[in-house]
Amino acid sequence: MESLHSILIAPFADMAAAPDFLIQVVWEGLVSGVLYALIALGFVLIYKSSRIFNFAQGIMVVFAALTLVGLYQMGVPALLAVILTLGVMFVLAVTIERVVLRPLVNQPDIILFMATIGITLFLIGLGETIFGGENKRMITSELYIPTGSWMLEPFGGFVSIEQRDVTAVVGAVALVVLLLIFLNKSRMGRAIRALGDDHQAALSVGISLSTIWVIVWFIAGIIALATGIAWGARAGVSFALEVIALKALPVLMLGGLESVTGAIVAGLAIGILEKVFEIYWGQPLLGGNTEAWFAYILALLVLLVRPQGLFGEKIIERV
Amino acid sequence: MSRATAPVPDPTEPILSVNNIEVIYDHVILVLKGVSLSVPRGGITAILGANGAGKTTTLKAISNLLHAERGEVTKGTILFEGGQVQSLSPNDLVRRGCIQVMEGRHCFGHLTVEDNLMTGAFTRRDGNAAIRDDLELVYTYFPRLRERRGSQAGYTSGGEQQMTAIGRALMSRPKMILLDEPSMGLAPQLVEEIFEIVKKLNDEQGVSFLLAEQNTNVALRYAKYGYILESGRVVLDGEASALRENDDVKEFYLGVGGEGRKSFRDVKHYKRRKRWLA
Repeated sequence: MESLHSILIAPFADMAAAPDFLIQVVWEGLVSGVLYALIALGFVLIYKSSRIFNFAQGIMVVFAALTLVGLYQMGVPALLAVILTLGVMFVLAVTIERVVLRPLVNQPDIILFMATIGITLFLIGLGETIFGGENKRMITSELYIPTGSWMLEPFGGFVSIEQRDVTAVVGAVALVVLLLIFLNKSRMGRAIRALGDDHQAALSVGISLSTIWVIVWFIAGIIALATGIAWGARAGVSFALEVIALKALPVLMLGGLESVTGAIVAGLAIGILEKVFEIYWGQPLLGGNTEAWFAYILALLVLLVRPQGLFGEKIIERV
Repeated sequence: MSRATAPVPDPTEPILSVNNIEVIYDHVILVLKGVSLSVPRGGITAILGANGAGKTTTLKAISNLLHAERGEVTKGTILFEGGQVQSLSPNDLVRRGCIQVMEGRHCFGHLTVEDNLMTGAFTRRDGNAAIRDDLELVYTYFPRLRERRGSQAGYTSGGEQQMTAIGRALMSRPKMILLDEPSMGLAPQLVEEIFEIVKKLNDEQGVSFLLAEQNTNVALRYAKYGYILESGRVVLDGEASALRENDDVKEFYLGVGGEGRKSFRDVKHYKRRKRWLA
């Protein structure tokens, strides 16, 4: 009775008693959710257009952030460093296409997956060699990202909202909107969607795989940089960021590997749910630190019911 | 760009000539054992034969989609407008004006019919206005597609998908279309409709066609010349009208020859026709 009460009733009573605190928790969750969603989007794009499960997406976040901060420390002005980092991500995309993807075309999926693990290890080594492995501070204020916070007072309580988090959310939303416009309205975007539908047919109408792959990996690089800046502003820049990027895996399972909408919705859902669960159930009942595994368990449960994920692409089959 | 570097076309030479090609899949499976054929500029030529005869492989060897299936042209040459094209990617070949419509239609199921058509214009660099004009042109040939332009291609009927696939190829402004099994899975009336459009495109737009068909009857009515393939070799070729009258073609492919049942002992076996120097 006692335990049932603490699981089913007490948490909700707490929420109702302190709605301002609930808002704070949900907001914190939302911010991480937005970043999970961004990373997952990078995965989805690459998976859709090349059927490659890109294990390296997480390390690309670290690598991009590291390059940005590293360049700044070498004396490059902050905004120029951003542009140079984008250039580095583009060169990386071209290199990956030439050196890894092109020779491995037509190989089984698992081989390409292994290749992306190789890319991960390579980027870890490269990043560490050039920029060093120690924890760095993200150049937040140098990039004109506001660092103050706003105090809101809903329901007679306090909610503190960090301005850098607001910037991250706004930036992420803008990035996603741009990406959706690109995918749905442009010639290249149409080709990327076509490639996701039918590889052979895309080849047959003259869509050039190598061009598309470079573009897709470059977009993944841009997303990685944006995520890297946002996470770096909260937690500093180090290889530990990669672990956070791995949170994108349950997001993908939940949202479906091929769905842009799925990645966004699942990212937000996991971000918010894991935070709420941690605060109201995890800490009082399970001793805390549930955020480390909550997303994976949730994804596992969803997989039991819907193996294609919540938003897995509807398979159109005519009979 | 690449169009400018292509050799100047000579109207009398065939737009496509395939000389004694051999195709091997996965380094071991020999599929084509010396196929030669040619398509005149503005012609409709048919490759006929049963399942597994090598029709699709021949088309894929020309369009170079073979590469994506680990197939390789190991011998012989393929000339498109006088230039060798074996080493070109499908993308380059589409730019030069040779495009394949694959067997089974292969529409992009989640894209709308119009988006499907627009993907055909991927290789074009001549501006949106020209592409829009061609879209209109495709809609005049396939009025049904205009009605379905906003539907997801995966939900359209088989006939509409075949039209979408052909229309999509047209959007690349091809000089030649390699059409694989356009009749597959379609009602006889629709097959007729599709072939009528092929003929119209040939007459009005000057597009040359090389089509692979199992439906010998229809194919020989619309094509001007035909090749019959059996297990990776050309066993018979000739003007379509001559092939239609050939007793063996009637017997095996049109199903109208001879009276009553015939013993297989009487069946004539064709030997390989040597065309090494073609």
